[in-house]
Amino acid sequence: MAKTQVSFNLNGQDVDVLVEPRELLIHVLREQLQLTGSHIGCETSHCGACTVDVNGQSIKSCTMLAIQAQGATVMTVEGLAAGGELHPLQQAFMDEHGLQCGFCTPGMLVRGYRFLQENPNPSEEEIRSGMAGNLCRCTGYQNIIKSIQTAAAALNADTGSQAE
Amino acid sequence: MERQEQLQGIGCSRKRKEDPRFIQGKGLYVDDVKLPGMLCGEVVRSPFAHAKIVSINKEKALALPGVHAVITAEDLKPLGLHWMPTLAGDTQAVLADEKVCFQMQEVAMVIADDRYIAADAAELVEVEYEQLPALVDPHKAMDADAPIIREDLVGKDEAGQGKRTHNNHIFTWDVGDKDATDRAFESAEVTVREDILNPRVHPSPMETCGCVASFDKVNGSLTVHITSQAPHIVRTVVTLLSGIPESKVRIISPDIGGGFGNKVGIYPGYVCAIVSSIVLGRPVKWIESRIENISTTAFARDYHGVGELAADKDGRITALRFHALADHGAFNAHAQPTKWPAGLFSICTGSYDIPVAYARVDGVYTNKAPGGVAYRCSFRVTEAVYLIERMIDVLAQKLDIDKAEIRRRNFIQADQFPYQSALGWEYDSGNYAPALEKVLEACDYEGLRKEQTEKRANGELMGIGLCTFTEIVGAGPSKACDVLGVGMFDSCEIRVHPTGSAIARMGTITQGQGHETTYAQIIATELGLSSDDIQIEEGDTDTAPYGLGTYGSRSTPVGGAATAMAARTIRAKAQKIAAHLLEVSPEDIEWDVDRFHVKGNPDAVKTMKEVAWAAYNNVPEGMEMGLESVNYYDPPNFTYPFGIYLCVVDIDRHTGETSIRRFYALDDCGNRINPMIIEGQIHGGLNEAFAVAMGQLISFDEEGNLQGNTLMDYFIPTFVETPHWETDYTVTPSPHHPLGAKGVAESPHVGGIPCFSNAVVDAFAHKGVTHVDMPHTAFNVWKTIHELGLDS
Amino acid sequence: MIPPSFEYHAPGSVDDAIALLSQYGDAAKILAGGHSLLPMMKLRFAEPEHLVDINNIDSLKGIREEDGEIVIGSMTSENALIASTLLQEKCPMLPEAAKMIADPQVRNRGTIGGDISHGDPGNDHPALMLALDATFTLAGPNGARQVAAADFFLGTFFTALEADEIMTEIRIAPQAANTGASYQKLKRKTGDYATAAAAAVISMSGDTCQSASIALTNLGATAMRASEAEAVLVGQVVDEALISQAAAKAMEICDPAEDLRGDAEYKTHMGGEMTRRAIRAAMQRVGGN
Repeated sequence: MAKTQVSFNLNGQDVDVLVEPRELLIHVLREQLQLTGSHIGCETSHCGACTVDVNGQSIKSCTMLAIQAQGATVMTVEGLAAGGELHPLQQAFMDEHGLQCGFCTPGMLVRGYRFLQENPNPSEEEIRSGMAGNLCRCTGYQNIIKSIQTAAAALNADTGSQAE
Repeated sequence: MERQEQLQGIGCSRKRKEDPRFIQGKGLYVDDVKLPGMLCGEVVRSPFAHAKIVSINKEKALALPGVHAVITAEDLKPLGLHWMPTLAGDTQAVLADEKVCFQMQEVAMVIADDRYIAADAAELVEVEYEQLPALVDPHKAMDADAPIIREDLVGKDEAGQGKRTHNNHIFTWDVGDKDATDRAFESAEVTVREDILNPRVHPSPMETCGCVASFDKVNGSLTVHITSQAPHIVRTVVTLLSGIPESKVRIISPDIGGGFGNKVGIYPGYVCAIVSSIVLGRPVKWIESRIENISTTAFARDYHGVGELAADKDGRITALRFHALADHGAFNAHAQPTKWPAGLFSICTGSYDIPVAYARVDGVYTNKAPGGVAYRCSFRVTEAVYLIERMIDVLAQKLDIDKAEIRRRNFIQADQFPYQSALGWEYDSGNYAPALEKVLEACDYEGLRKEQTEKRANGELMGIGLCTFTEIVGAGPSKACDVLGVGMFDSCEIRVHPTGSAIARMGTITQGQGHETTYAQIIATELGLSSDDIQIEEGDTDTAPYGLGTYGSRSTPVGGAATAMAARTIRAKAQKIAAHLLEVSPEDIEWDVDRFHVKGNPDAVKTMKEVAWAAYNNVPEGMEMGLESVNYYDPPNFTYPFGIYLCVVDIDRHTGETSIRRFYALDDCGNRINPMIIEGQIHGGLNEAFAVAMGQLISFDEEGNLQGNTLMDYFIPTFVETPHWETDYTVTPSPHHPLGAKGVAESPHVGGIPCFSNAVVDAFAHKGVTHVDMPHTAFNVWKTIHELGLDS
Repeated sequence: MIPPSFEYHAPGSVDDAIALLSQYGDAAKILAGGHSLLPMMKLRFAEPEHLVDINNIDSLKGIREEDGEIVIGSMTSENALIASTLLQEKCPMLPEAAKMIADPQVRNRGTIGGDISHGDPGNDHPALMLALDATFTLAGPNGARQVAAADFFLGTFFTALEADEIMTEIRIAPQAANTGASYQKLKRKTGDYATAAAAAVISMSGDTCQSASIALTNLGATAMRASEAEAVLVGQVVDEALISQAAAKAMEICDPAEDLRGDAEYKTHMGGEMTRRAIRAAMQRVGGN
């Protein structure tokens, strides 16, 4: 099958890849672009381990063709820490013990990052429904919820101090 | 105090050392491993549960550009690798040899340039089958006319675990005094009996199983990156299978995306990848899909139990009699210590002082995937605890005794420890009664019972579940436990460097438990060096000392003990060096957090850092230089953590949906190394218990077709379904563990499952319901409601 | 879990898309959100030779009001339905129901048109469309035609959409005054299809039910309108007894397939229960509550 060139912006950098139309975005990110942070957990779009941010939306990259990313802005977990400094959400996951085996964590972080922009001050119930597309087997979710609450507070404090 | 805190040692909630790489996407899981020239394997699988293989035609697949090989049993035969030994003394077909015995069984492996080509080629392998009648129901396995599953065992009265009496029989295992138990039942004032099922489920860690095998033809050495909870055992098995010397086999368990028992065994995919790499001389990766994971690699449970208790009219249990029919699938590939075909099922007397007991388990073959692993529990402990914790509720209902009260009346008392159980265990320590009272008070148990009475009067369904369990973890004393003849010790090697930092390696392997954090805390406290200066490494058999791995909550009880003991050897040597430096005799100095000082002279001091430097340039005459130690720890006993759990449920009588109003978990794991990590483990274990109790099920139709093998159907709770968890603890140290610690991460799973079930059944107790089987899905609960006419 | 090879087309207009569909016929499939099609392809249950990706056709996206009707582009995502203030105000049942579909990520890709056109009785929009008396615009080589929701669902995975047609728009009348609507869905967990679900749109005149529209999800070969249940309510002062009668009528038309969610008896009862709940909730909302 002939390959097609696809260009998109990945974590702030323009990239070009040659793909077969059937290649899934998750495989191209992991195997061609060597960004192995996003994981494959179920392949049927239930687990969310492959979650990446495409054009400002959380999507499951196991159920999107790489060719559909033409011209898109894509962010993966590797793009979260800006200039080497951890994003407050990453810091919060560490502080609140929001991860154990770490396999679901990149998807959780990328989804959590977008969720907190959609809803900067969420209740526990809103976190539960807003994060419902990401599965975790280790944590029982409780400390992930705490992490997101902690990050929300940190981000809001940041915004507050910038506004002042 | 300040010096103690700086060490970040035992007892503090140290932040995890492994987190920075995981939160930045820099973990290295097996599917992240990419080696030059690496090929991909894809398994061709059987669509039938039971069928003869008439023919396999590889030609079309081999003709596809990018395909390097298609291997079948015929190709493995000359190498003697078409069958492999299981950890349970049976053999398992690596690739189906003339017949398939379960749906999705491995029939061939395609090796291709990448996973896309491999997937296409797998579709092109043509296999002709002749279907045979399938045996699905284990209760029919030993019928006279049952289909024979294992042709290879016909005429053999033994399948690795003792005498068998039928072609589909694997073993009979029993324990206890049968005659005395029978007599106790005959003379009992009251008896209860219930059929109790632990259905077939699957651990389903977020990362599936996989490996990258890489054979170096020049050196004759083999490196395998593999998602293994027991890398050293894998190395030994690989050597036994392949003949490659163990010194030339290197197994690397990289970061592991959860195990929960799914990653203990050795699967056909691994063997095929290794063989392919040896034959082709190139690295071969095999990663299973989620469907393959749920369908083939290591189910858990499938225990069809009958529980019986005898008691006096006051509810004091006088005898216990349990039988279980164990469905092991088509090959006996359960993962237990080799001599324990039913694992540690004999912990089934639980937290209760039961004078006499008898338990028996019969294992049978069926046309289902092999396994029978310990899903987040010690070997068959979930099944055992489920039986006793359900049965004591059944007894309470029969006698109309409150479910907390009946437990009080039967608890082993604090002064009875060490306690000899009727089935042969010596419980190390426990203090159940005060822990129960603590939970009852915290949850206002009396208030809940009052509310329940009122709700029942209004036709509402509210249930209160209790579970007061004792686990047995930390296998184990090598006199009792081995895997393929290797005793179940574990190990730690510590090297303290001249400038006072250290590296330590263990035979265990973390899969989310945070070993890199907690082992360092143990060493920090024992050696007085900062945790942050102690590097922990596991999983590489070339560097780590031999160990049996991480499962059955054995890391802290065994690996943690080895770590403490290795550190203590180093400290003993350090004391001699310090004495030498301080020019006094070793008996005249004492240890103080991170330093030695001369007794009675706190100013005459040598810190551990100073001693470390001296160890490499100024040691007493006759002493070897260096500061390191390795310890292989063979524990004198298991550890027996316990817990008191309480669950409150409200059931929608129209839909059957159960909502978990409250779940309160008190755990006692002895001395606590890192409370933050313990709490995280409890949360996770409870959620896996919730999943099992409320929804997980691997089910089959009459032809042995697996129903629901994606995450659409197989229940992994999301944020939305998962309840809020409340945790609590008491501390009853283990008297024999060097740190007084016990295992903990599996307690919430083991204790949580019966607690949920007890709560659901309790909601119907006033209607005479004594038991309903898991999973308590809305559909199943509704059936109970509907039969009782409570929905009208 | 790898899809088979196909040729990929990403037309920029509906006309181009139709031309491609006409050219390739049955060998082509439309790729909308992809959350039904791509998993089917990974499982090799579907092996189309051509995929016509209509995600780049901007005219298919968006929600607007036109000639007193709400017009929803077929490629409007579930999350866009949830976020639409127009829908929240004039057709609140749609955003309510969309929240119950799949999960946040899937709702970013999944589209209303894809959900309807797939013809899966487990999808939620078909029953919603039936209850809302929606009309679909189907564009084909000979121009566009309008098909009522009531005439669209012909069988499981079988609709009135021809192989060379694309659903472009969904037209719905804004919710009338004195009307309430609700979608009630029972599912095992997030991301699951309904065990049973019911949509109800109820208009009241004082205490009397003026009109009722009830439709069911995943309780038969297609989504279906429960007309006899509606008839029980219309013209009556609705009380619990009457709601139960309507639910019983809804149960009569249920013919669900047994699966791991439950057997036919359970699902039928749940069809009744969801109908009951949807009617109650819809009535409560009459008058804008």
